[in-house]
Parts: sequence; structure tokens; C-alpha cells
Amino acid sequence: MTMTAPPIVSSAEPSSLRVSLGLLWRDKFACVAVLFLLAVAFAAIFGPWLLGASATKINLMARNAPPLSMHLGWHYILGADALGRSILLRVIVGAQNTMMLAGCAVVISLLVGSILGFIAGFRNDWTSSLVLRLADILMSFPSLLLAMIVLYVLSPGLTNVILVLAITRIPIYLRTTRAEVLEIRERTFVTAARVMGASPWRIVWRHIRPTVTPTLVTIATLEFAFVMLSESSLSFLGLGIQAPEFTWGAMVAQGQSYLGTAWWVAFWPGLAITLTAMSLNLLANWVRIASDPVQRWRLESRKRTNG
Amino acid sequence: MADAKEHLVEVRNLSVDFHTKGGTVAAVRDVSWHIDRGETLAILGESGSGKSVSSSALMGLIDIPPGEITSGEVLYCGEDLLKVSAERQREINGSRIAMVFQDTLAALNPVYQIGWQVAETFRSHGVDRADADPKALELLERVGLNNARARFNDYPHQFSGGQRQRIMIAMAIALNPDLLIADEPTTALDVTVQARILRLLKDLQRERGMGLLMITHDLGIVAGMADRVAIMNGGRIVETGTVKEVFETPKHPYTRSLLASVPGAAGFVDATVRPEHDETLLRVEELSKEYLSPASLFRAEKPAVLALDKVSFTLGRGETLGIVGESGSGKSTLVRTLIGLEQATHGDAFYRSDSLIHATREARDVARRQIQMVFQDPTASLNPRMSVQEIISEPWAIHPDAVPGSQWKARVGDLLEQVGLLREHAARYPHQFSGGQRQRIAIARALALKPEIIICDEAVSSLDVSVQAQVIALLKSLKEEFVLSYLFIAHDLPVVRSFVDRVLVMHKGTIVEQGPTRQIFTDPQHPYTRELLHSDPVLSLGNAPPRRRRLPSSDDPTPPPRPFAGAAKP
Repeated sequence: MTMTAPPIVSSAEPSSLRVSLGLLWRDKFACVAVLFLLAVAFAAIFGPWLLGASATKINLMARNAPPLSMHLGWHYILGADALGRSILLRVIVGAQNTMMLAGCAVVISLLVGSILGFIAGFRNDWTSSLVLRLADILMSFPSLLLAMIVLYVLSPGLTNVILVLAITRIPIYLRTTRAEVLEIRERTFVTAARVMGASPWRIVWRHIRPTVTPTLVTIATLEFAFVMLSESSLSFLGLGIQAPEFTWGAMVAQGQSYLGTAWWVAFWPGLAITLTAMSLNLLANWVRIASDPVQRWRLESRKRTNG
Repeated sequence: MADAKEHLVEVRNLSVDFHTKGGTVAAVRDVSWHIDRGETLAILGESGSGKSVSSSALMGLIDIPPGEITSGEVLYCGEDLLKVSAERQREINGSRIAMVFQDTLAALNPVYQIGWQVAETFRSHGVDRADADPKALELLERVGLNNARARFNDYPHQFSGGQRQRIMIAMAIALNPDLLIADEPTTALDVTVQARILRLLKDLQRERGMGLLMITHDLGIVAGMADRVAIMNGGRIVETGTVKEVFETPKHPYTRSLLASVPGAAGFVDATVRPEHDETLLRVEELSKEYLSPASLFRAEKPAVLALDKVSFTLGRGETLGIVGESGSGKSTLVRTLIGLEQATHGDAFYRSDSLIHATREARDVARRQIQMVFQDPTASLNPRMSVQEIISEPWAIHPDAVPGSQWKARVGDLLEQVGLLREHAARYPHQFSGGQRQRIAIARALALKPEIIICDEAVSSLDVSVQAQVIALLKSLKEEFVLSYLFIAHDLPVVRSFVDRVLVMHKGTIVEQGPTRQIFTDPQHPYTRELLHSDPVLSLGNAPPRRRRLPSSDDPTPPPRPFAGAAKP
């Protein structure tokens, strides 16, 4: 009798990419955010290659040149820093280091933290206590102090800064993941899966992970901004990225001493950090809604009102 | 003013709309009813019928917007409550019209002692601080709270559901209201407790001459409590009259279908059409489960709680066995032990000849594939992030040898059709279905591995009566089609009456009585079975004189074992 079953709607069903793009188009904020992030990504990939040389060129004639004036040429439109380097070009070129640093730190802490959180939440034995106590130790140190000690011992450089920032942010993910896992694994649909004979792996992967992911993604986007700013504090102390390398955070730190006389030195990289973090947040919000079948109608229903 | 025809409360042609993003929903249309002092009116309806809307309007509880009262008036002693000021409404609420809710844990404040909360009702209406406490105590004693004096300073979580409902009732009647609204007051309670609470409400009403408005979905409560009834469906009152009129000569087709779908109305399973039960599928032998609370640094070891005490029974092929018991009776522990969610302390259970308890993990897994389960709440038991296709095919993903991947789609379609849904539903998600449809999906999932035994753990308890009847009909037809055996767990008797072949009554972890359904219902031997039977208002539906049975007036005469209830009072 299984022979009689005709294939249903498979031809009419659009591909999942098209569906996602359609849903994205219906959330205009998320659309703008994606466009901005694409621009940042483009700058991060091609910026140093195209503009690397001009971004480090020192022009003492243009020291602390104010923004929004064209008489020094288009690349001084956002002003210049204390050594007369173009802020516009430095923001574009600095995107690479910034994205690399914040991106890697966030991804590493997200992965390690959530995996440990799953272990701590799903296994109720000594491994759970061990993981939690380790997290407690990490959390009991002020993260900046920890970063300073580690970077003082090791040499400050891109890799070490990434590692230090990642390690200090792990407990956030660990605690959140564990709390969610503890709650979700008592839900009836998890019990139902266990009754069907599902392995622990399957329960974690198919039932618990999809429910936890949106929360973790939201935290990760918030953390992105935090990590960029932490890096600027480290730079301020001289323990961050070392010159001639620079990031948005390092630019903010440099501009801090000129805030009274030349606010734009710190303002533009700060704006870049804010906009990136905000775009990521809007995107995360869209992902959360689009990936939840119960919430998806909020996006789908906009189709009708928008025509 | 003193019009002889004036009712205590009268609702005239009330219509309420709710404006939502998806459009305007008509919650109720042209609803009219009235109630006098000393009278009981029941508003009966299934979920979504709008049965609570008119009482919300009476209490000024409709949120505007999104709600909009498009027409009608709500008169209390001739005063239109839809037009009065918010201040006047507050004056009437609580003191003249009071309400008792379904969820007692949510309605009581968890951080205050109950005595304080009841006394607060007096204090907030100007009674002296010194007088309020004695008055509150007196009231708590009147509503039959055991040891009211000793428990005056206890917190809400230290009471059972029935006791909390008594406290709620005490707070509601504190200021001698003219009208008491009870919105599903006993839905969350066990049947024996329910019977006692209903009797308390009736007594209080007689004593104080209040009007009593019962909002319920339970025909049994209407039959046992109300003078008149208004039956609602789709936001309209389809029929109204005295209980006797409506139940004996229902005029509206909806009323007739509602009465027909009352669990148990169809009578007992006919003994002659039963399939042979020669072959024993499941054999449970002296199964016991103890909960130990181990000694720790700060606590001495507590005595173990015996949740299951030497339970033995068998289930034959093609048989339906009902297990009935109230909360704490051990029926859930029994199920959890059988399907491997709990470890049994003693005893064994066999599927055919394979042990479910003491075999190796692999052997158990093979046996357990033959036992599938349908849970109480389909909303919770289906993963909201998985499509119906994924949900139903999950057992095959777990057991890859069951069905080859290429056939999954077709087989899911077949299963959906077998449980009365459409093939196209496979692409949808659980929230797009109604409660009854979701339970059908859960049943389809249980059928996916072609099991021989399906455990239904309160599988119809969270559904409306008419949906309940449909799901039970589905279970019956599936049983014949696939020669299934059911273990049907329920907390009350009427549901099992027309469905199961044999009943097993559990109380405090033991089986107090078991036998063929007809025998249990007509000739119960154990006093607890008798109490269960008599607590059930539905069974008195056909009896003309309302039952007057003596029931113990306290709640929980035999408190259920409560493992891990740390702060319980002596």
C-alpha cells in the first residue's frame, strides 16, 4: 500500500535558501544589518590589500585634521589622527584585525563554553561538578585582571589576545547552556524521545541543541561588542594588539587622550564598533524568529501587509 | 428602583470582539443570562467557546484594547457595570462579586502566609488589624481547612491543591459577596477532592444565600451542582434552561452531541466482541519502587517512600487495561518503571518472556520497541521545532532497521491518514494543530514502530469532552486494525468505563482492586473504589434526585506519599 503514495508538493516547494532570503526581505532592519555586515566583511577581506599602505602613511601636515572637510582629499573626510593618518582608511583597514580578533574570540568561547555547558547540564555526575567549579574559578577572577596577568607572562599578540579574551568569556556560555539544558531535558518531548530509545547524542543534537542555539547566538552577538571593547581596554594598557598592527578598539584607545580637542579620533572607530554590534544583534534577532516555527509567522505575515 | 423582576446579575446581548494582528475575532455574540440570589447557574462550554468572557466582562477584566465590547449591558442590581467608573468597579469586585480561580498555586501569593493573605482581605476593606486575624481564622475553619489554627502561618506551597482551593474560597467569601464566580474551580483536582470542594461551595451558598456562577466544561459538575445551565458553543449560548430540561430533552444538536460524548455514556464494552486474551504480552510481578532520600551532611537519612508496593498484573494480546488512581497513587511511577525511566527496586516485568527490568541494555531496547507511549499533553510531548514529518519519522531515525529512508515520506503519509489527518499535514509544525489533532500526531508517532502495546498516560485528560470521544474512537479503531493492547492510565473512572476491558484501581502505590470493567462499576469491593465511583458526578447524570452522600469533610484523609516534599508539615 506504500506504492500508492504519490509524491506531494515536492516540485512546488521552493529551495530553503530562497525561503530564507524571502523571510529576510520581510524584516527590513535585518536587511540593512546584513548589508552593513557585508560591507564590513568586504572591508575586512580586501581593505588591507587595497588600502594597507595609505592607511599607515603619516602626514604631519594633517595632524588631528577635523572631519567633513574635503580640502585634504576624500580620504580625510572623517578627519585624521594625531599622526595625520586618514581615519576613514584606518577604519576600513582595521576591520580585518578587529573582525578576526572579536570573531575568533567569540566563536572559540561560544564553542568551548556551550560544549562544556552541555556536558555539565546533561551529565549529573562528577564531570558536571568539575566543569562548574572550573567555571567558578574563572568567574571569580576579574576578567581584565586575568587577561593582564596572562598577557604579561605571554607576549601580547593577536593570537594570545584572542585566546585570553576567549577564555575569560567562556563561563557566560557555560552557565547559560547548562541552565537551559537542565530545563529542556525534563520536558516531555525529551522524555518521549528517550522512551523511543533515542541515544543521548541524538537527544542533545536533535532536541536540546536547536532549542538552546537561539539563546546562545543572541548572547554571542552581545559578547561581540564586549570583546571589541575589552580589546580596546587591553590596548589602552599596552597589552593589546601591538603597533603597527591596529584594531578599532586600539584606535578608540589612542583617541581617548584627544577627546577634548579632537573627538573624531575616537568617535569614528567607536561608531564602527557600535554599528557592527547592533547589526549583529538585529541579525541574531531575525535568526531567532526565522528558526522558530512558532514565531515564523511574524515574518511571514508581513508579506501580506507589504503587498 | 425596587423592580420585582430585577435580577441580581443580568447580562443582556453582550458581544465582545478581540482585535488581533490576524484580524478581528468575535469572542462572544449576543450572550444573555441572569442569576438570582441563592441560585446556581452553570455556563458550560469547551475551550474556546467563550464561556469565561461574560464573567470577565462582569469583573471588568477584559483588556481594552485588544478587546472591544461591541454591544450589550451587564447589570448588577440594575447598575450597568460596563459604564461605571473604575473606582466603582473596584468597590464591587471582591466585596459584592468574588471569584475563585482554577490555578490555586498561581492565585495565592507564594511569599506570604495564608493566614496573612486571608486577613489582608479584611484589612484592605477597613477591618481593624486586631480583628482581622481572628476573623480570618474563623473563616478558614468554616471552609474546612484542617488544623486551621496551627497552619495559619504556613505558606501556600505547603498545602495540597484541594486545601489551597479552600483557602481561595475563604478569601472569596470573606466579605459576604452577593455573587461568587467559580471559574473551573475543581478542574485541577482529583475526583474525590473535587467532590468535597463542590459540596463546600454548595453548603456555603445555602448558608449565605449567594448567587453561584459555575464556569465549567464538565457536564458532571453541572448535573450535580446547578439549577440552570447555559450551554455555549462558538461564542453563542446555544441552549439554556433548567438542568433537568436541558439534559433530559436537549433541543440543540450541539447539546445532544455533547451529551452523547460524555465519557461512559456509551455503556460498558460489550463482553462478546472482545478478542481472545489468551496470549499474555505483558506480565508484571511484584514490582516495587522505593524513593530513598539519602543522608547528607546536614540531614539524617529519611525513611523511604514506597511509591510502588508489589504491583502485579498481566496484559493480554488485544486487551485494554485501565489503570485508575488519583495523583500520588503510583500509576505514573508504574509507567515510568515499565518504560525504563525509573529503576525498579524489587520485582520484574516481562514482555512475552523478555525481562524489561533485569535484562541487558540491548535486550531491553529490543523488547521496549514493542511498547510505545502516548503522553498526556500533546503540546509538550511534540518538539515544537520539528515538523510533523520529522516527529513521526523520528522512531525510524533512532532504529534505522525499521523502515528504509526512501519510504519515510510515504509511510508518514500513511500513518497520518490512519489517525485521521491529511498527508499534506506532514510539512506543518505542531503549533498549527488543535489539541486533538496534536494528540493524533502523537498517536501516529507511537504507531510508527508497529508496537504491540501502547501505553496511554492520561492521553485524553487534557482534551475537551467531544475531542476526547473522537480520540477514544480512534484508539478503538486502531486497536482493531493493528491488534494493539493498551495500558490506559486515567485519574477518573468515566473515561475508562466505555473503553477498557479490565480496570485496575491503584491507591497509595498498591493495587486495591482489579477486575472486569462491569464488575468494578457495578459491584466495587474496596471502599476506595466505592469512594472514587461516588465522587464522580457524571455517573449521577441520569438519576433524577441529586445524590446526597456523606463524604469525609476533610481533604486528603489518606495523604498520598510525597517523595521529596522537604518542608511538609507534621
